[in-house]
This record gives sequence, structure tokens and C-alpha cells, in this order.
Amino acid sequence: MRFARHVAAIAGKDLRAEIRTKEGFNAALAFAVVILILFSFAIDPTSEQMREMSGGLLWIVFAFAGALVLNRSFPRETPNDSLDVLLASPVSPPALLLGKTIANFVILIAIESLCLPLFGILYNMDWTRQPALLAATLLLATWAITVIGTVFSALTVNLRLRELMLPVLIYPMLIPALMAAMKLTTLLIAGAPPEPGDWLWFRLLIGFDIIFTLLAQALVETVLLG
Amino acid sequence: MPAPALAVDRVWKYFGEFPALRDITLDAAPGACLALLGRNGAGKTTLLRLLAGLATPTRGTLQLERHRAGYIGHGIGIYDDLSARENLMLFARLYDVPNARAAVSQWLTRTQLARVADSPAREFSRGMRQRLAIARAFLHNPDVLLLDEPFTSLDDRAIALLQELLRETLGRGATVVMSTHQLREAMELATHVALLVRGKLAFHGPRPPEMIGDPTWLYARHGEPA
Repeated sequence: MRFARHVAAIAGKDLRAEIRTKEGFNAALAFAVVILILFSFAIDPTSEQMREMSGGLLWIVFAFAGALVLNRSFPRETPNDSLDVLLASPVSPPALLLGKTIANFVILIAIESLCLPLFGILYNMDWTRQPALLAATLLLATWAITVIGTVFSALTVNLRLRELMLPVLIYPMLIPALMAAMKLTTLLIAGAPPEPGDWLWFRLLIGFDIIFTLLAQALVETVLLG
Repeated sequence: MPAPALAVDRVWKYFGEFPALRDITLDAAPGACLALLGRNGAGKTTLLRLLAGLATPTRGTLQLERHRAGYIGHGIGIYDDLSARENLMLFARLYDVPNARAAVSQWLTRTQLARVADSPAREFSRGMRQRLAIARAFLHNPDVLLLDEPFTSLDDRAIALLQELLRETLGRGATVVMSTHQLREAMELATHVALLVRGKLAFHGPRPPEMIGDPTWLYARHGEPA
């Protein structure tokens, strides 16, 4: 119960600060919108080829926009040595990490929710044909990005090149989750119900999320305290 | 003899090959005010960070009820994007302060920040930010206070407030450990002193009476030559 209260307090603090400044949100949303618009010029948006790569395009945009949000996560704690004060408080490193992960997750889901309708308009695609399964894919893959990204945001917080290092470190680890998300998103935007073999990708996403959430919780104390 | 509020037993701390702390053993009883003295680089901050749980000793053990401790480090540990009230509410939640809203209002009044309670901390003057940091550290009535150079760069009003709060805290039987170069302010409160010289404990015991008239007496007797 205490753990849950601490998680809620940290998530609430980060969301409140983000709502007030909108630094990460605005940058990530602007980036995502620009990439979606540029691709719509580069590729014929009505072609079959575009339909086949729709999932890939969306998740490249979400993953890169996510890096902009995640890059702000732990550096937010550095200006007044606030991280020291948090770590000296009763909040445990796993509760601190989970709270920050939830805040990043909410921000990234909000960006994705705004990008999907724009994607539909720019590429003339009806993305609402499998809404429940598409929502499940978005939630599972976004959690994968945020849980790995937040722990690496803690790891790179004191690096001078952290804006560069974070994507370099997280994208290779995210390959299985992004592959699953791209496959499923392409399939679901096309409107086809998943065939028995496609459920493997859902299982992969669920397993990925569970394993990396547990790993992040187990390693965060070492990451933050050495 | 009461059990010590905190105990440090044969603690070593290495940064790479460099021993920042060497075989430190000391304790502080409830109601004691221990002044940690030493020149820059002597190991005062390292010892306080170990006590606050911000780092782990290479060897040796520390005993301290951390969830009942308060900490002021080099940074003021407040969030510029949050208001004074939101800053204090966050820490009230993390420390499970009963009647958090009432306690926060009381501290805002006490630190003369009630008038600006709902303004973001980034709009505060330096003195106001320092008073907010003091309120944050004392909010949960800590049993042990760990203060790293608490008087450095405080304005007169903040120094007076901090001294008054420290006297009250010691009066209710709490323990204070503070590192400081401001010997006159510290000697008004200190019941015990510990002198660190290049990571080793050169003296630990009740404050010598000679230090009231001459705060540098201990350095002259046990410290390094200037």
C-alpha cells in the first residue's frame, strides 16, 4: 500500500510538472507530426506499399518521439539535486522508477492518441477497424518503450551526451517489442482479424513487458545508488 | 546509556582506488548535535551521503532509521515547476505525514511563504527557496537530521529560522548531524564534534569547551597544518 502511494506521488509529481511546462510533450508531439507529414510527401499515401509499411512508420515515429520524452525523465531531477532528496526519503528506488515510468507512459500514450487521427487523415487510412486490439498493441508496446527508456534515463542522467546515448542504448533492446508492435499494427490497420500465428506477437509483447519490468525493478537500486 | 540514534562502524568508502573514508567509527545519541568538521575533501559530504543512503560503504556498517531522517544536501532539493504547496505536499506524502494538508499549511506560514504558496518555486527569490527547502526537511518532524553545510549561502532570515528549528528539534530529543565550515553558528548548537582529516577520524567526542571561545581550537590541536 505504501509502495503504491509512493508510486502515485512520483507519477503525479512528474505529470504535474509536465502539464505545467509541456517541454517533453510539445517537443515529442511536434517531432511526431513533422515526421508524419514529411513521410506523406515522400511516399504515395494511397499506395498499397504504404499500407504494408503503416505499422513500421507509426512505431518509428512513436519510438523516436518517446526518446524525447524519456530524455527529460531523470534529468528533471538534477537542477536542485532533487534526486538526492528523493533517494534520501522513504521512497524506494523501485517505487521511484515505477512512478516515473507511469508518468512517461501517460505522456507517450497522449502523444500517440493525437498522432493516430493525423496519420489516418494524411495517409487516408481507417485505423479504427480493430480498435480494441490496436489499443492493446499501443499500450503493450508503449509500456515496453517507457520501462526500458526510463531505467536508461536513470543510467545516463549524468552523461554529457545523454540525449544521444539514450536512443543508442534503448533501440537495440527494443527490437523484439518494436517488431511485434509493427507487425500487429500493420495487420490491425488493414482490418484483418489476427490469425492464430499472429497471437504469438501479442504473447511476445506481454512477455517482454513482464520480463523488462521485473528486470528494471530489480536493477534500479544498483543503477541509482551504485 | 540510551541506544545511539545512529552508528557508523569501521566504514571505508573508496572512489576507484582513492579511499575517501578510512575506518570511520562514530555514533550519536538521541538529542545530540554532532558537528562534522574538516577541510574541503576531508570526507564530510561522503559520510553524510552514506548516512542518508545516497551511496553504500565499501566496507563497514551504518545503523540509522532512514525513514525517520531528514536531509539537506548541497542542492536545495525543490522542484521549480511546482508551487511551494505542491513541493511540500509531495514530501508530506512520501513521508506519510498525518494531516498532510494542515501540516503543509502550518509550515508555509512558519516559513513566511503562505502568501506565495501557490506560485511556482521558479519565481521565488533565493531566500524564499532556501526557506522552502528548510520546510521540506523539517516537515515530517525527523528523528535524525543530516545537514550538509546547512548555513552556507543562507540569508540572515533563513539562518535565524534554521537555528530556531534546530534548537526545537534537539529539544524534542532528535539527533542532528551537520557538516559545516561556519564554525561559530555550528558551535552554538553542537554538543559533540567529529574532525575528519583526509578521510580519517582525527577526533570524536563531546565538544571541547575551548571551542566556544576559539572555534578553530580543534583544528589547531588535531587538524592538518595549514
